[in-house]
Amino acid sequence: MRQKKVLAVASAGGHWVQLLRMAPAFSHHTVHWMSTNPGLDAKIPCGGFVAVRDASMWDKPGLLVMAVQVFWRVLRLRPDVVITTGAAPGYFAVVFGRLLGARTIWIDSIANAEELSLAGRKAGRWAHHWLTQWPELAREGGPHHIGAVL
Amino acid sequence: MIFVTVGTQVAFDRMMDVVDAWAARTGQDVFAQVGPTKRAFAHLRVAEFLDPADFDRCFQDAGLVIAHAGMGSILSALSFGKSIVIMPRKAALGEHRNDHQMATAKRFEGKAGVSIAWDENDLAELLDQLDAAIQVDRPDRISSSAPEVFLAKLRELIDH
Repeated sequence: MRQKKVLAVASAGGHWVQLLRMAPAFSHHTVHWMSTNPGLDAKIPCGGFVAVRDASMWDKPGLLVMAVQVFWRVLRLRPDVVITTGAAPGYFAVVFGRLLGARTIWIDSIANAEELSLAGRKAGRWAHHWLTQWPELAREGGPHHIGAVL
Repeated sequence: MIFVTVGTQVAFDRMMDVVDAWAARTGQDVFAQVGPTKRAFAHLRVAEFLDPADFDRCFQDAGLVIAHAGMGSILSALSFGKSIVIMPRKAALGEHRNDHQMATAKRFEGKAGVSIAWDENDLAELLDQLDAAIQVDRPDRISSSAPEVFLAKLRELIDH
């Protein structure tokens, strides 16, 4: 199998913890990581980590900076696959990744047990694979359920 | 040491007040990551934020974890094999943007190693009960990765 370039994205905190739990699904490829807290690179043994500006969906100027940073990274990297648990940086990575030809996978956070996150709803039209960790939230046209990190 | 964390985004003083009062009553050694709060908690050792390496060290050293009902806190506690008491934030009190922590807490009801305090009264009661039992109810460490069935399906999507 050809080695792929995988860009794995999650904002710091719960999203990041969940993404790390999925690492064995893609660690046989070349993985580049992206999050919102520079201190997280300690978890990534061999480099390939970049931090972008932290911003919530309610901080528009912050989001704009983040979007530009994510766009630049995706443009430089040209990943084959983008995989993310959210939130805002994952959304941008899915959008830009898709536009630049990557296969995109959104796994909505397990914290969203009753409804998808805002970013998760928006990501639906961009992600090739739009997934929820709760079977109750799965729908015919997506999000789909194939399992959970716990 | 009891480790308390409210995550890094918003303070959660409603929970911290209960923990502070409990520490005052019992003399427990409590280290708390309290987030961006203006309040002082006289009976706790506090840090506003911790870097990720220190976070892990605190989870590692903790006899018990008390936290908001955030998935990062819960998954971290369980992967270090620590019991955790969670209290969900409420959107109506301005503690979060929505009530997903209530949903999270509901899903963890009855799970080994996780105790749920629905509000501050619950938490006070729970902590008083725990006082005698700390370090008794240690859950098994969960694996550091997701279940293999899920990983296999993800791998298929990625390798495709």
